Formats: sequence, C-alpha cells, structure tokens
Amino acid sequence: MAVISEPAVAGRRSPFDWLQTILPKLVLAPSFAVTIVCVYGFILFTLYLSMTNSAMLPSFTWVGLVQYGKLWSDPKWTISLVNLGIYGVLYICISTAIGLLLAILLDQRIRIEGALRTIYLYPMAISFIVTGTAWKWILNPGLGLDKLMHSLGWTGFTFDWLIDGNMAIYTIVIAGVWQSSGFVMAMFLAGLRGVDSDILKAAAIDGATLPQTYRRIIIPLMRPVFLSAFVVSAHLAIKSFDLVKAMTDGGPGTSTWTPAFYMYATTFTRNQMGLGAASAVIMLATISAIIVPYLYSELRGGRRD
Amino acid sequence: MAAVTDAALMVPGPRSTTQVALRWLLFAILGVFALVYLFPLFVMVVTSLKTLDEVRAGNLLSLPQNPTVEPWVSAWSTTCVGLTCEGLKGYFLNSILMTVPAVAISAVIGALNGYVLTKWRFRGDGVVFALILFGCFIPFQIVLLPMARTLGLLGLASSTPGLVFVHVVYGICFTTLFFRNYYAAFPNDLVKSAMIDGAGFFRIFWRILLPNSVPIIVVTVIWQFTNIWNDFLFGVSFAGGGGAMPVTVALNNIVNSSTGVKEYNVHMAAAIIAALPTLVVYVLAGRYFVRGLMAGAVKG
Amino acid sequence: MLKTYLTATVASLLALTAAAYAPSAAAQAKEEVEVMHWWTSGGEAAALNVLKEQLQKEGVAWKDAPVAGGGGDAAMTALRARVTAGDKPTSVQLLGLAIRDWAEQGVLADLTPLAEKEHWADHIPPAIAAFSTYDGKWVAAPVNIHRTNWLWINKKLLDKVGGKAPTNWDEFQALAKKFKDAGITPLAHGGQPWQESTIFDAIVVSVGGNDFYKKAFVDLDPDALGGDTMQKAFDQFRVLRGWVDPNFSGRDWNLASAMVINGEAGMQVMGDWAKGEFIKAGLKPGVDIVCVPYPGSEKAFLFNSDQFAMFSLDDKARQDAQLKLASAIESPSFQESFNLVKGSIPANTEVKPDKFDPCGQKSMADRDAFKSTGGMLPSLAHGHAASAAVKGAIYDVVTNFFNSNQSSADAAKALADAVALAK
Repeated sequence: MAVISEPAVAGRRSPFDWLQTILPKLVLAPSFAVTIVCVYGFILFTLYLSMTNSAMLPSFTWVGLVQYGKLWSDPKWTISLVNLGIYGVLYICISTAIGLLLAILLDQRIRIEGALRTIYLYPMAISFIVTGTAWKWILNPGLGLDKLMHSLGWTGFTFDWLIDGNMAIYTIVIAGVWQSSGFVMAMFLAGLRGVDSDILKAAAIDGATLPQTYRRIIIPLMRPVFLSAFVVSAHLAIKSFDLVKAMTDGGPGTSTWTPAFYMYATTFTRNQMGLGAASAVIMLATISAIIVPYLYSELRGGRRD
Repeated sequence: MAAVTDAALMVPGPRSTTQVALRWLLFAILGVFALVYLFPLFVMVVTSLKTLDEVRAGNLLSLPQNPTVEPWVSAWSTTCVGLTCEGLKGYFLNSILMTVPAVAISAVIGALNGYVLTKWRFRGDGVVFALILFGCFIPFQIVLLPMARTLGLLGLASSTPGLVFVHVVYGICFTTLFFRNYYAAFPNDLVKSAMIDGAGFFRIFWRILLPNSVPIIVVTVIWQFTNIWNDFLFGVSFAGGGGAMPVTVALNNIVNSSTGVKEYNVHMAAAIIAALPTLVVYVLAGRYFVRGLMAGAVKG
Repeated sequence: MLKTYLTATVASLLALTAAAYAPSAAAQAKEEVEVMHWWTSGGEAAALNVLKEQLQKEGVAWKDAPVAGGGGDAAMTALRARVTAGDKPTSVQLLGLAIRDWAEQGVLADLTPLAEKEHWADHIPPAIAAFSTYDGKWVAAPVNIHRTNWLWINKKLLDKVGGKAPTNWDEFQALAKKFKDAGITPLAHGGQPWQESTIFDAIVVSVGGNDFYKKAFVDLDPDALGGDTMQKAFDQFRVLRGWVDPNFSGRDWNLASAMVINGEAGMQVMGDWAKGEFIKAGLKPGVDIVCVPYPGSEKAFLFNSDQFAMFSLDDKARQDAQLKLASAIESPSFQESFNLVKGSIPANTEVKPDKFDPCGQKSMADRDAFKSTGGMLPSLAHGHAASAAVKGAIYDVVTNFFNSNQSSADAAKALADAVALAK
C-alpha cells in the first residue's frame, strides 16, 4: 500500500504540503472522535453502571460485583447463554451452508438468475418485527402450517415446535435463517465470481470434474468470504432481540430468552439496570472474543503491500 | 464467474444425459428454495386481500373469495395509530426525511474515511480503523440512555435531525469498512500520478476515486437504507412522539395494540407497505449489490 | 453524469433537512398537552379521543405520542429515553408502582391544589389514590379501575351442560368436568406470562384469603411465598393446567376470549377488559356472558388502575393545559363515557352505575363496599403490588410452572428464592 503522505518532490515543504499531511487526519478525526465517545465512552459508562445499584434510571452508587453475582445465579441467564449457543451455532452454520449452496447453484449460468437472486435476498428487506409476526402465524399449531396441512389432507402432520419449550428456539432459527441466508448467498456469489478464470480453465484442461473443481480449488479460495459470512451472521445472531420478541416473547415459559432479550428485559422492563448492564458487559466480552481475532487477521492482511 | 460452467462445457462432446438430468435437478432445488422463501410473502399478500371474516374462517393459503383492496386503503390512509386515524402515509415522509440524509451523510463520511485510510497512511491508522470497525458490533440497547442524554444536550431530542445524527454515528463503522476495502484494491498509480501533477487531497478524491466508486456506493446505500429504514429501537426511543415518528414505530402501533379487534388483513397490508421502499431498493439495485460486494466490501 | 447526479442528491438532501428543521417555530406558548399512552387502536383509542375533543373545546391542543406493545413496555423505554434527554411529555399513562418510581426521580408535577379544589380525595377510593399520590402530593389522575379476578362463562354452553356459576373450588372443578365431558375446552387461556400471573393472583386469594395475598405479594414475606398455602395455590394452578387446550402457548388474550365467544371453550379467567371483546361480538354481559368473581375470591377486588401521571413542566402555558387535562380526566362525563367503552369502572365514585352493564355494576358496588373491609387488593400481575423486578421474578416462576411438570413444592421454593433475589 503506497504511502502518499510525503510530498512528491523531496525537500520542498510548502504550507500546501503541510496541509496535505494534516488534512487526512482532520478528515478522519470527527469519525474517530464520535466513535470514541458514542461507542467506547458509552461502553465504559455501561461498565460503570454494571457496578452500581441502578434500578429504573442510572444511579452512581457503587456496589462492586454484586450485579455479576446476581447475574450468574439467575437461571434465565444460563438459559440465555445456552440459547445463544444453540441459536448462534445453528444460525451461522445453516445460513452459511444454504448461502453457499444457493450461490454455487446460482453460479451455473441460469437465465433467471436475477429474479432468483432477488427472491432469496428480499427477506432481508423486511424488518425483524414483521418477520417474527409472520412466522409466528405460520408456525402456530392452530392457525398456520398445521391447519393448512390438515385441510390439504395430511391429518397426521403436526408441527408444534413453537409451543414446545424444548423446541421453540429452533423455530427462531428457522425464521432467522430465512431472513438472512439470502445475504450470505450474495456474499458467496460475489466471492465465486471473483475467482480467476485462468485457474479454472487450467483445471478443466487437466480434466477436473465440476465437483472436484469446486471442492479442491474454489472453496479453499473463498476463505476470506467464509470469514466475513461468519462475522456478519455472528453479529446478527447476537443482536437478535426483535425476532425473539415478536415470535415467542421469550416463551413458552422462559425457554427462548437470549442475552439481548435478557438485557432489554432487565434494563427496561424490570427496572434492574445494574443487572442489565452486567449482562451487557458479558455480552460485549463474548462479542469481542469472536470479533477481535478477526479484526487482527484483517489488519495483518491489510498491511500486505 | 460462470467460467466454471464454461470450463466444464469446454470439454468436447455433446451434452450427456447426466448433464441434462443434473440441470433439471439444479432447477428443482432452486425452485424448492424459491417457494420456501416466497411462502411468507405469499401468505402476507393473500391475507392482505381478504376480508376479516375470511381471515378468521379460512386457512393460510386459501385465495381470497372476494378479494378487496380495502385493507390496503385502510393501512395507507385510515387506520389508527394512536388517536390519529390517518394510516401510514404521514409516517412515510418522516422515515424518508430520516433515512435519505442519514444514508447520504454516512456514505460520504465513510467514503472519505476509506480514502484516508487507504491512500493517506499514517502511523496508527490500523488502530484507528480497528477502533471504528468494532463499533459495528455493539448492541443498541447499551447506547440508548447515554445517547438520549447526548441528544438532549445537543438540543436534538425527539426530532428527525436527532435520528439522523444517531443513525450516522452508528452507520459510520459499516460505511467506512465497505469503502476502505474497496479503495484498498484501487490502483495507486492513478493516485500517484495525479499527485505528481499537483492534485491535492480533495481533488484526487473528487476527480479520481469517486467517479469509479459506483458499485460500492450502491452497496453502501442499500445496506444503510435497509438498516436505517427498518430500525425500530432508535425510532421509538428518540422519536416516540408524533412529529418525527418513523414508519416502523407507526407499524408497531398498528400491529401491537393490546386490545381491540386485530385486523390481520390491515396489519399485513401495513407491513408490506412499510417494507416496500426497501424491497424496491433491493430489486432495482440487486445487480449492483452483488457486483459491489465482489469489489471487496466483505472480502477479507 | 455522476457528478450531476451527486450534486442533485446533495442539494435535495439539504432542502429536506432544512424542511425538517423548519416547523419548530410553531407556538410553543400555546396550550398544548403531549400525552404518551399505549391505547393505540380500537375502542380505547376512540374513548381517549373523547378526551381529546373535550380538551379542544377548552382550547387545549392534543399532541399524541402513542407507543404500542407489551402493555406499556415499549412506552416505558421511550419514556426513559425522553426523560433522560430532557424532553418530558406532559402526561404519560402509567400503571401502579411505576408512578411511584417516577415520582422518586422528582420529575412529576404537583397536582395538589387542583385535587383539593375538585375534592379528589372525596371521590377517588383510597386504595386507588394511594397510587396517585406520593409523599402527600397528588401526582397522577386515575382514569379507571379494572378488576382482574373475574371468571367469564359462556351462558349458552353453561346451560347446555346443565351447570351453574361456581362459587367455590369444588363447584369450579365440577363445572370444568362437565365441560370436558361435553367436548368443550373448560378454560380458554392465552399462554403469556402476564396472563398466567393474572390467574395465579386470583388463585392465591382464593386459596389463602385476602390477608395471605397481602402477606405474600405486598409484604413479600418469604414464609408466605414458600410455605404450604402457596404450595396449595400451585396445586390448584396445576389442576387448571389440565383444563386448557394444547395450543395455548403464546396466544393473545383476545383470541382466548374469542374461543369463549364462538363456543370452543366454556370459561376464561381474565380482567374486565375482556368485556369489551364480548360486547363487540354482540354478547350481553350478564345475559349471554356470565360474570362471577373467581371462585373463592368473592371478597377480594384485585384492582389495576390506569393513571395519567403528570410530569413537571417549566412553561406556564403548558402547565395550565396540563391542569385542564387532569381536570378533564376526572370529570364525571369523561369517566363515564371512557369506562363504558373500556370495560372498566370509573375511578371517580361520583359516576352513577345506571348506564353500566350488570358486571360493571357489580364491580362498582364491590368497589364501594370493600373500601372498609380491606377487600381492595392491588394486583401483582399488573404492577400494583410489588416492584417491576419482583413482578418479573414471579412471572418467571409462574410461567415456568405452567409450562412444565414442576412440582408445587419446588415451585413454591423457587418463588421464594426468586423474589428474594429480586428484592
């Protein structure tokens, strides 16, 4: 990566050149400053709140790690973490798998590719609240898919995951994957299209079959896209509050609570802001554990020229 | 990248039956997926064209016996959002007034940031980028109250400019990411020769980079538009009153009212209306989206 | 081409942004009330509209700030953000102890002069006024009183199985069995935590009596919460679990009412807002729909009162408007017209019961009779008995019990533990 901050002709340092040196940093400064305040400043504020006895609104009375103690002895927090694990792993894996599959299939020179691509992508355009409500309807045993199947003749069909405490989280996976796998597909499709055609021609000349070409050459070349798909899916999975709220509202019972749901409920509904802040801090720590390694590899890669 | 298929097809000989069969299988799989993806939309559209009695009586997929656009009319101009019974149309304007400036401003800032971070390196710029990027991942609930205080201090509470400010602040991370990755792949020779010719910071940006940035601009616009238009949390917290209420908050008021008859047909119509601008943006610019992503928005 | 496009975009953006800034020149000194509430559609919104029109006649403009969802959840979040931003609305619909929470923050207005002038203390029941006042000062204007421990029975189905309205647990069980044998779902239920907790409130009163309810849910006594009487309450709750249909989970309360209306189910335990649904479907309360207090809780009036809390304002014009709003809310005419639609009864005891249906009249009679017997009990499920944190903790235990095979003993213990943690 060429460094252009030095003047083109050495030795001549005019005010214009000085301006050119300082200007980039000036341009970047507002974004940087705003990020420091509105991201890191607020994170620090939350960290501080997690060690106070804040209830409905922030209070500044220090109580140490009491809130963290309460957090870990709350069965709903354990449920939330487990649900995040189940939801996160399934959501990321299935989105990636479907995204990759659809991308590969769409890559095969089809005339209606544009239309199909839009069909797979459009769910992303619909807000989570609407998605959750629609799927809640569809998966409702009395109203939705069940009733449809019965009226079509398959009276033995039952799909009651939505109301089953053990299975409800998987219905959220279904709705979530439906919503975002199109976007993952788009990422993979772009990646596929970026593969150098010379390599492929060489492989064809060497007699490689289509599946072999995909498996041995193309997919390994797409490692960066896998990483991006992972990060974007992980980000969406962790933030999943609207979807849960609309589909199950944490139910049946408290079986579909997630950390984002927990944070919102404790902070805004139950007036336990200190506890909510503690859960937020743990959530942030989890997110960092996933994101920071990615950023590190991203930065190292960036320096390559 | 149909080069793979091209390569495969370059193998001499006629299309074998296996290949034809595989082709049919391909269409079958894609078709099944398409049906699954379209199913919820179909349910929503079909429901929005039925009368309320039909909704209660029938099942999900049955086509309306007496199709009516009355739910759509109601959703747009007469359904009640609180005490104002004028449908969604007023809030549409609020959403546009919020989304368009926010998208534009965050895109411009992201472009400039990406430009600086890739063409005007300085010590520590990697750290700066990383710090900005991490901002993409904070859950919004954390920033709700501190940001409320900040908006109050800035005199922007409960207003559209306030919402624009919030969305710009939390959109900068993604726009910077997209532009930075794109400009990283942009050839430096062009820039260097411009510098030698005496072009300055902004001239290079305006004359050289920006004209060649159409794919990534479209990508950024689509991503930002989707996220900002569909946002609910900031909308309800910072514009809970009637004046600046975006369409997502209004939709929530229609759909989630705790009592009263649930007019599912109107709700579905309202939900589709609220989603239309984003759907339109996706359809029109879908091609650019994939092309833009290819140009480095999310590649590592 | 690109440059033209970009310039055009930027220009139009600037124009739009300027337009967005423009309107605030509007009369700030005008008398205007900004009201935040979650009555966003249907009959309630129409009823609230009456208030808006009444105020308009007095020259006060109404700025609506509706936030639907969760019985006020989203509204509370929005309120927090607005107060933190320093942009308080004139008045907010608040339930129960939330009023106290906000009063403690020192952001509510003092309505005492108005209250004294209009003699509110004389015609608002003390149990309700307890929530409208803080530290001796009036801070909120109650709109209505809901009774949450009602049992609604479809009269046609009742006659069909040859039953009668139950007055105790045994009769209740007998009636349920009659329905079940006839192939009718005994109890229509919506599986949401607040609904389950509403039923549980009624069971606790029925099993333990008024004093036990107070001890457990108001005083939060650990022995009451974890002891034998509470276990018996869970036992009864477990029996009710057997009376609901398998698809109850997540169902909205008005869909459960619909089950009673169209004959799928025989009974529903729900507050008197359900009356609105029955009336809309053409059923006459007392005639087509039988209303009795939950069997065993006849001496208790579990109440829930919507109140409009008033926020302290700086502007004199807005303060005057606020007082007009408060006064209008307590006016008998508004109280009557609003409550006739809502299904609740007026908070203002001056309103005569003549226009109300038999169930409403019974509510009003009990409201007046229980003033001295201690029968007016604050509903836990609706935020009037304990803090939001405790209420949430109890919700969790109750809903988990209903949705699992947990034993009553374990549930009672879990209840005591959860409340202790949340206090």
